Amino acid sequence: MALLSKKDANLILDPLADNNPITIQVLGICSALAITAELKASIVMAVSVLFVMGVGNVVISLMRNIIPSKIRIIVQLVVVATLVIIVDQVLKAFAYELSKTLSVFVGLIITNCIIMGRFEAFALANGTWRSFLDGIGNAAGYGVILVIIGFFRELLGSGTLLGYKVLGDPIAKTGLYAIGYENNGFMLLSPMALIVVGLIIWVQRSRNKALIEEN
Amino acid sequence: MSLKNNLHNLKEKYKGKKMAPAFNAIHTFLYAPNETTHSGSHVRVVDDLKRTMNTVIMALVPVLIFGIFNAGYQHYAAVDAANGVIRQASLFGNFLTWDNFIMGAWTVLPLVIVSYVVGLAVEFLFAVIKGHEVEEGYLVTGMLVPLIVPVDTPLWMLAVAVVFGVVIGKEVFGGTGMNILNPALTIRAFLFFAYPTWMSGDKVWVHQAVERAGGPDAISGETVLGFLAQGKSTEMSYSVADMFFGFIPGSVGETSTILILLGGLFLIYSKIASWRIMVSAVVGALVMGLIFNVVVDAGVITETSKFYELMNFTFWQHLLVGGLAFGIVYMATDPVTGAQTNKGKWYYGFFIGFISVLIRVFNPAYPEGVFLAILLMNVFAPTIDHYVIRGNVNKRLKRAKNATILPSDGQGKSEELKAETV
Repeated sequence: MALLSKKDANLILDPLADNNPITIQVLGICSALAITAELKASIVMAVSVLFVMGVGNVVISLMRNIIPSKIRIIVQLVVVATLVIIVDQVLKAFAYELSKTLSVFVGLIITNCIIMGRFEAFALANGTWRSFLDGIGNAAGYGVILVIIGFFRELLGSGTLLGYKVLGDPIAKTGLYAIGYENNGFMLLSPMALIVVGLIIWVQRSRNKALIEEN
Repeated sequence: MSLKNNLHNLKEKYKGKKMAPAFNAIHTFLYAPNETTHSGSHVRVVDDLKRTMNTVIMALVPVLIFGIFNAGYQHYAAVDAANGVIRQASLFGNFLTWDNFIMGAWTVLPLVIVSYVVGLAVEFLFAVIKGHEVEEGYLVTGMLVPLIVPVDTPLWMLAVAVVFGVVIGKEVFGGTGMNILNPALTIRAFLFFAYPTWMSGDKVWVHQAVERAGGPDAISGETVLGFLAQGKSTEMSYSVADMFFGFIPGSVGETSTILILLGGLFLIYSKIASWRIMVSAVVGALVMGLIFNVVVDAGVITETSKFYELMNFTFWQHLLVGGLAFGIVYMATDPVTGAQTNKGKWYYGFFIGFISVLIRVFNPAYPEGVFLAILLMNVFAPTIDHYVIRGNVNKRLKRAKNATILPSDGQGKSEELKAETV
């Protein structure tokens, strides 16, 4: 890749797989469980976090030399809160229904451990470009898992994808429902999301044994 | 050469191959392996895991047979009721009939077969992947599962639930003996949360009630608890004897309290199941039921409350209806997921009974809670054991601290101290 050096490219690629914030670092689980019952909400959440993390990491990185270290958490909170409010207002303005579905969880992006973690661990110590890549990479790693969970939960729980009835109509009994298939209501409950995350972790670690921790 | 020797020889051939665990499972199921110790000063007993499991299955067979008859009986009784004829159950008159048996076997045996085939397939698969021997854990689970689901549970749902229960409930923790939750109840809980319309209501307990719903020949059968939860106990035609003998609608194997009682006595006699858990669970259920009765008698809850009839239900009759007896005898006593210490078993059992009746009365969606109570206590069992053991350690530490050292001639002092504290 000519655009990015190998080191920079890894900033984006690592969090997507072998250093995934959700499945490896087990951060940001709460929102991954709460809003993934629909694929659409998962995608919007993923994009919101992508925006907040990308911009947030750049801002923090730019200010990294002038933030007194004693108040750095507060400064980080102010930055992330500002960005989250922008996201929230945009959603309310252009996608009101969706913002009601996501409800408090947009606001709770502020407390998403991944964001604060990347601010602390990366943006405070690295240049702007690399911080931006790191933010994008981690948000994408988070988003990928969210979309996978959202895909399975919506498909198996409601029989739809992005609202389209891909498995047929459960009331008119068409498609799969004609032969007796039924939606799995458990998929719509948060415990099942946790189990899906667990299954993803399981699959990932059995494909790459190096990820299995010693205990 | 006999089949036995043939198998012994074949085993050598399969050794180290990928299929070895699957082969060994069949081999050891049929015969005792030939590498067991035949002489020398070893303790040789036959009650290994496989025999233990088989003993429980033996205790379950009468319940299964009764369940088959009852499935048929409830169907015909519901058809009669739809035509305005209220049946009086009599064991030899209209219960143990060929019609009931054939109808029941036709609905119940597919559940048993699906449960075993799917569950054992998952077990074999995991054994082959992990390269260890097939464990016998599923033998009992496979028998319990068809007994705790409604008769008309669609077979594919059961298959999905069995896969989920065996993989998530057991294999991810490391297989038989390592599981935190009872796999059979995990399967039941999965069905309950995934397909609630097939697990509750007045249509699922009677064969064909779902497919006939809305038609001219519609039938239904509400459970005793269902009647109570809706405040319609006056419409109910079941006597206490019906509840005790099991001529009532319910999950396949849970209705007959007397056969479950006999099975429980058999398990206690053969020392497979813990009598402490059973007794304390019964006590727990009675205490909770009694508390509700007292609350009603004191006039705190009036007839306008939607909990009135369930709370007013005579306390000991809670043991006769729903899955409480079945859960206490066959599920709560699971040696893997239950409490291990004797004192812990008392607490564990008591809370199972106590919480079962509590959930049963207050659960707004579904008037039963035995499986939830047992799963909850499964999770708490290690905690109970931890505190029982800590308590014992503290008691003995205290005794050691307070031990008086009797004055004597120097030498024997430490010996006496030891005698005091142990």
